Amino acid sequence: MGDVLIALAPALAVSTWVFGAQVLAITVVAVGACVAFEWLIQRYLIKGPATIGNLSAVVTGVLLAFNLPSSIPLWLVILGAFVAIAIGKMTFGGLGKNPFNPALVGRVFLLIAYPVQMTSFPSVDGSSGATPLALAKGVIKGGGSVSDVMSQVNFGDLFFGNHGGSFGEVAALALILGGLYLLARKVITWHIPLAVLGTMALFSAVLWFVAPDSYLSPAFHLLTGGAILGAFFMATDYSTSPMSRSGGLIFGVGIGLITIVIRIWGAYPEGMSFAILIMNSLVPLINRIKPKRA
Amino acid sequence: MKTFPRGGIHPPSNKLSSGEAILPLSLPASVVVPLSQHIGAPAVAEVAKGDRVVVGQLIGKAGGFVSASVHSPVSGTVTAVEPLANGSGIKTPSVVIAVEGDEWLPSIDRSPELVPECRLEGPEILSLIADAGIVGMGGATFPTQVKLSPPPGKKAEILIINGVECEPYLTSDHRVMLEHPSQVLVGVGLIARALGVEKIFIGIENNKPDAIELLRKVASEMVRVLPSIEIVPLKVRYPQGGEKQLITAITGRYVPSMGLPIDIGCVVQNVGTALAVYEAVQKRKPLIERVVTVTGKGLGQPSNFLARIGTPVSALIEAAGGLPSDAQKVIGGGPMMGRAMSNLDAPVTKGTSGILVLGASEAARCAETACIKCGKCVTVCPMALEPYLLSRLVQKQRWDEAEAGAIFDCIECGSCAFTCPARVPLLDWIRLGKTEVNKIIRSRLSC
Repeated sequence: MGDVLIALAPALAVSTWVFGAQVLAITVVAVGACVAFEWLIQRYLIKGPATIGNLSAVVTGVLLAFNLPSSIPLWLVILGAFVAIAIGKMTFGGLGKNPFNPALVGRVFLLIAYPVQMTSFPSVDGSSGATPLALAKGVIKGGGSVSDVMSQVNFGDLFFGNHGGSFGEVAALALILGGLYLLARKVITWHIPLAVLGTMALFSAVLWFVAPDSYLSPAFHLLTGGAILGAFFMATDYSTSPMSRSGGLIFGVGIGLITIVIRIWGAYPEGMSFAILIMNSLVPLINRIKPKRA
Repeated sequence: MKTFPRGGIHPPSNKLSSGEAILPLSLPASVVVPLSQHIGAPAVAEVAKGDRVVVGQLIGKAGGFVSASVHSPVSGTVTAVEPLANGSGIKTPSVVIAVEGDEWLPSIDRSPELVPECRLEGPEILSLIADAGIVGMGGATFPTQVKLSPPPGKKAEILIINGVECEPYLTSDHRVMLEHPSQVLVGVGLIARALGVEKIFIGIENNKPDAIELLRKVASEMVRVLPSIEIVPLKVRYPQGGEKQLITAITGRYVPSMGLPIDIGCVVQNVGTALAVYEAVQKRKPLIERVVTVTGKGLGQPSNFLARIGTPVSALIEAAGGLPSDAQKVIGGGPMMGRAMSNLDAPVTKGTSGILVLGASEAARCAETACIKCGKCVTVCPMALEPYLLSRLVQKQRWDEAEAGAIFDCIECGSCAFTCPARVPLLDWIRLGKTEVNKIIRSRLSC
């Protein structure tokens, strides 16, 4: 768990630089609330030994914060932490027993219950506050073409984090560095991230080749929204991903497919959170695929 | 370089005694020789209290087809034939002999000269192996002549000699290969003749380049008297010395679930067994002593001893510098697959490849935490099982599902428990479940 926190540090630094100190405040509140809720529930409801020492609540707090806009009121952060820990995790018995990624349970609850606060992104460098994906969805749904979108988006900004979005998802480069660190430390294997990002790239590339005016390029899809944060840090959560490496590939392909489907044809501009939660629900089924025995 | 295809781990090798030459251990005052040192029926005592015996004399006759004879490892007087606790604390019928002098059966050739040539036919070799009470010396202790007699309809094609010694700490096989290469190779040739096979491989992990080089050199020098033997270097990975893993690493063949190596035409023998076969056939010396690694980080002098069967384990530890003050656990065998000993008066037996003394920090069991479903146990299992699932099924006593999960295919290598970040004692649960499931399978077959 400590390695995951180290891996998330560069992205936190970039986000703080882009969006300001509010980012740190949200992160501290989210972590504090997650740890506090877990401690209280473990102490007074489950009445078991303290579990906060395993740092999983800290990771959940950081990941929840990363999935929030930097303008969100702090009381919503606390509410999200409560849903993440109390409902998403401790209801099932705590670490290792929760079927859904707790941070995403918290985020999706907030997204559905408080859509206004969850989709008002502060502007960056005077540009509009919309995320690139929301911007693209608006333009294309309004009859515009992809080139109209691209005239408003700079790939360098996408790569270095200088654009609107949930504050932890914007810094593609920093997140990739963190993901590589997790791979190098063998905390995660390449199977899930590669399957997620590869599927997204392949699926969007096919559409883009057929109709480049109506569909965004694979590079745009990979660098925007929660693609990289989700692929490296959320989908790879041990408890909520399949046990075997081949199962991880199936899981990752599913996430990639569902994400692109939601982004292109769904009501929401971004679908990573939903895709991961939907595939989380299929993990018990995927685990029924037995290892191949000679 | 070859290796087995699935799972495995890299535990620290800790081969403290690999540079220590084999030392003959001095005779103890008395020995305890269990009549059951092998898999199968116990031997039947041939001596009684008060009898005089000499080294190599039969004291226990094989008690059935799957059984092994037992010979006196010392000369002296039988002081008791009674059940005594073995290393696991289980009482088994044993012969206790007070040592007097060191008088050997005259038929045993004690000269150091190598006897490379042999004119005996397969069946004669087999009966000499059976008469010498030889069992698998890698630790499995299955009677060797039974393993070398394929059941009707099965034919051995490939002989594989196991010189892998993938267990951390253990060095007895390594030393045997370095110090008795010619004897081992002649023994290999005899086993091949008994089986009637022409394809022979010796698998050795490449952390023992000296043994690989030496055996290759000796094999090429002895090409006139030996069949052709291929020395196969293997990439270091635990549990490569597992019979099924070694077969797949060398031949690419897979032993079927619940099957035996002979089902796919393979027979595997340990290098120590090959040496014992050489001595039995060429020197007419029964299995009365073996090389035992006595090791541990706290020991003054980790060593490889040539110890008579029946010597108390405490005498070996004493000779290796004595039990250190922080000693917490003594393991019979290696750290991965060995078993904790309950009793240091217990004797060295035919299957004792090593004695490992662990200090407090090494022996401590870490507190178990919640399984986080990381899947590492599934990844490292060389048998493609799902250890996390099997251990849960055993805890819930869901035996039929454990059987469906092929729990009986577990080779008990311990890779799952070794790799588990939550320190779940996966192998303990699986061993428990195997016993129960095997009981159920047996009772089903019997009705």
